[in-house]
Amino acid sequence: MTSAFILDTLPELILSIGAMLLLLVAGWRGDEATRGISWASVVLLLVAGLSLTGPAGHGGVAFGGLYHADSFAAFSKVLIYIGAAISILVAPNWFARGGTLRAEYPILILLSSAGMGMMVSAADLITLYVGLELQSLAAYVLASFMRRDTRSAEAGLKYFILGALASGILLYGVALLYGFTGTTNFGGIAQVLSQPTPRDVQVGRLMGLIFVLSGLFFKASIVPFHMWTPDVYEGAPTPVTAFFASAPKVAAVALLVRVAIEALGPATEAWRQIISVVGIASILWGAFGAIGQTNIKRLLAYSSINNVGFAILGLIPGNQAGAASVLFYMAVYIVMTLGSFLCVLQMRDADGMPVESIASLSGLSRTRPGLAAAFAMFMFSLAGIPPLLGFWPKLVVFRALVDIGWWPLAAFGIACSVIGAYYYLKIVKVIYFDEPAPEAYGPSESKVEGGLIVLTAAAISPLGYLAIPFLGAATMCAAKALF
Amino acid sequence: MNQLGFPILTILVALPVFAAIACLFADAKAARWIALGATLIDFLLGILLWATYQTGGAQWQFTENLPIFGQFSWALGIDGIALMLVELSVFLMPLCVLASWQAIEKRVPEYMAALLLTEALMLGVFEAQDIFLFYLFFEAGLIPMYLIIGIWGGQDRIYASYKFFLYTLLGSVLMLIAMLWMVGYAHTTSIPVLMKTDFPAHAQTWLFLAFFASFAVKMPMWPVHTWLPDAHVQAPTAGSVILAGVLLKMGGYGFIRFSLPMFPIASAQLFWLIATLSGVAIVYTSLVALVQNDMKKLIAYSSVAHMAFVTFGLFAFNRQGLEGSLLVMLSHGLVSGALFLCVGVVYDRLHTREISRYGGVANNMPRYALLFMVFTMASVGLPGTSGFVGAFLSMMGIYGASTWAAFVATTGIVLGAAYMLYLYRRVVQGPLTKPDVAAMSDLSARELLILVPLALAVLWMGVYPESFMAPMRNDVGVVLSRVDPAWHGGDSKLADAHGKPVVVTLRKYLDDMASASAHAAEAR
Repeated sequence: MTSAFILDTLPELILSIGAMLLLLVAGWRGDEATRGISWASVVLLLVAGLSLTGPAGHGGVAFGGLYHADSFAAFSKVLIYIGAAISILVAPNWFARGGTLRAEYPILILLSSAGMGMMVSAADLITLYVGLELQSLAAYVLASFMRRDTRSAEAGLKYFILGALASGILLYGVALLYGFTGTTNFGGIAQVLSQPTPRDVQVGRLMGLIFVLSGLFFKASIVPFHMWTPDVYEGAPTPVTAFFASAPKVAAVALLVRVAIEALGPATEAWRQIISVVGIASILWGAFGAIGQTNIKRLLAYSSINNVGFAILGLIPGNQAGAASVLFYMAVYIVMTLGSFLCVLQMRDADGMPVESIASLSGLSRTRPGLAAAFAMFMFSLAGIPPLLGFWPKLVVFRALVDIGWWPLAAFGIACSVIGAYYYLKIVKVIYFDEPAPEAYGPSESKVEGGLIVLTAAAISPLGYLAIPFLGAATMCAAKALF
Repeated sequence: MNQLGFPILTILVALPVFAAIACLFADAKAARWIALGATLIDFLLGILLWATYQTGGAQWQFTENLPIFGQFSWALGIDGIALMLVELSVFLMPLCVLASWQAIEKRVPEYMAALLLTEALMLGVFEAQDIFLFYLFFEAGLIPMYLIIGIWGGQDRIYASYKFFLYTLLGSVLMLIAMLWMVGYAHTTSIPVLMKTDFPAHAQTWLFLAFFASFAVKMPMWPVHTWLPDAHVQAPTAGSVILAGVLLKMGGYGFIRFSLPMFPIASAQLFWLIATLSGVAIVYTSLVALVQNDMKKLIAYSSVAHMAFVTFGLFAFNRQGLEGSLLVMLSHGLVSGALFLCVGVVYDRLHTREISRYGGVANNMPRYALLFMVFTMASVGLPGTSGFVGAFLSMMGIYGASTWAAFVATTGIVLGAAYMLYLYRRVVQGPLTKPDVAAMSDLSARELLILVPLALAVLWMGVYPESFMAPMRNDVGVVLSRVDPAWHGGDSKLADAHGKPVVVTLRKYLDDMASASAHAAEAR
């Protein structure tokens, strides 16, 4: 019993101990070891992912009920590790061009991944908070990783201040929930919530619920707690932005699902309204906000707000199919997002310096047809146009909604997706219809990045539909762990 | 598996896809030949399909079902209605490739790839037997068409491409929600099963309206037709041919495959809505067509008017109306495609679509004038051409449903003759005064190769429509058996509930022909 927790928390142990060892290596060898450390980090993430096939993914409970090693956590961790690994793989070349190749980058991502693992495995408000802070602290540093770049420093500062505020809100909610239920354990909270109580206590619990959800909305950049997203995405170095848009999003959304269902399940009626409002608001804000953007990273920030809005609508049914649809959405979302950022990473002028304006994409189909086709595929997929895979998760989410009779919300949400389609179409228009930009991009340098683009593009192409049975079964199995 | 022993429907869809990928890696010349080869092979397969289709046999033929997607399956199969639309698509596509042979000069490999993808997706729409698979094909067709209009279109191509994409997308997404509801209710994604499912009456209205939103835009019906003139005018010739020839047919196909058999009660209740919109469309768009200066725009508006005949006939709830509508769809596919190709012929020479820039081309382009006349007459509905049979039957059907609707529809026939003959008069007849018009050469061999098969098909359908109607007859009967119980009957007080004596005679004649040909087949 005492040693079981080692097996249950094996992924986090591998990541944290590995990160510390690599930190020693980095301290000893300096920045010239960065590439080696990066590859070692990817191997660590791979090993941590493989360890999920052991007891770490089979429903064990560690640390006296603080930590769940169930299939839901395992599925989320796989997605998180994929996002983290790709963010590490694409980084060395990018930082080397700017002269800021530093060994801390992969280590910080490893630490952040360990934190995200704690988040999705949390079975207690305290674990939740510890995991969230571990993830966030690493993320703040990552955002300002290019210390000499003012935009990056600004992004880090902004992220830190707003993040600290959100953590405060979350902690306040945790305190309220603890005060009005007498426990911090998810199962315990659910048990207390399902018992009849006087009205004033109910109000206090509702306040706690709102504050906890608000803190989580901030991490998942859901309207109205999304303000930091465009600025941080724009300012942070592009590999870091790719990381922010993928792994922490999955972790935050998965955590939201777990808290909403495991801890606040009996209060479904209360949070259902909140989720439907913020979900639709995110879809709309993400769509309208993106229309005027000229910077591709800002545009993708709005796109991620928009997509997460769709994803959390799947939470509304509060049943297994709903939770599975959220996971399904995030699984496809992470591939589409990483693919788009991989394309953004290819946007470099002749000197190899990064370019971020949408206008520089003009006529890309003439100068780099392969890259243009991949970019267009990711855009159509994010817009949810079949036959690209991005369509299917939207269908799965709306199906969960229609099945509980919430078809008016589904109809409204899907109609809003047409607004979003406009700005994705705009990118395709710039790439395909416009005359080529006067300055062509520099040639592709990295085979790894090229291979990853091909891989992600193939995954969201119609071929990806062949993965639906597998992904559907996996998400259903993962969601089953929550009920 | 099927009467052929190999999955012909999958091959029909897959072949253009692989050819499209091959085009992307070829140069301009090779891409043209790859595209022509692939579309011709598809055409030959289409002929094989028609030849082996058993008229009067099983309702769904050539069925394939691979449940490889878990929550839906790769289920293909055709009935007679789908067969005819597949034939139309595979027939028009090689002509589109030929029409683009010289007209498209820039980015040829990508163009041919987009054309081929469009073909694959169109065929998929008509062949799909799974409701989600249908939606995938239906919606995916927007992407290549968006690129065709946006890259190879005219001056305002970007506005037109956005409008085309967003209009049709907004229409379709509501249909998806309705589909999800239906699948949740019936616990199946199979279209043949859903066609036999009785949905609750109150839900039918909502479902019908959601599907209507999609098909009305695609059709297009007044007042959501405005994307069509823009898209037509800006698209390259082949793009217009595909749009008018096949893509518009998806709306009508959707009505007859989904709306009528799945929501018969709502269809009967909302007859007034369809009739009103169709009536307005016929009169209004015909009048608009009359004052157009742009040839393509004129034909685009005439398409809207013709499609209104289709919706009128479909919602007449009788055999004449349904069969007439299907024939109008097929005929319009050939005729409007041919008319756009005719416009393309003179546009390639003078690079303007303005009607007043032409005049008297009969003098220097007699062959062109002759073919153009055939198609003009077919569009007007002259007996002996394909336009007549469809218009006649659907008018008869409309009369059976509502005499007032028939009155309005008749004005459309008159106006249709007016704007088409006026167009022909201004372009082809009159004195040949403009020197640049006089310098235009008559049709080349390639252009003849495109237009003559179309003219022959138009005449065939006009003289012996039975070849096209026979495969569809049983399937129209299936739809009728679904809608008949819900329909309250028309106001025409027909002596025979199924049609006036002349109709009975016609039907008897056609039935005799059918049984005679069946006997002949047996004797063989």
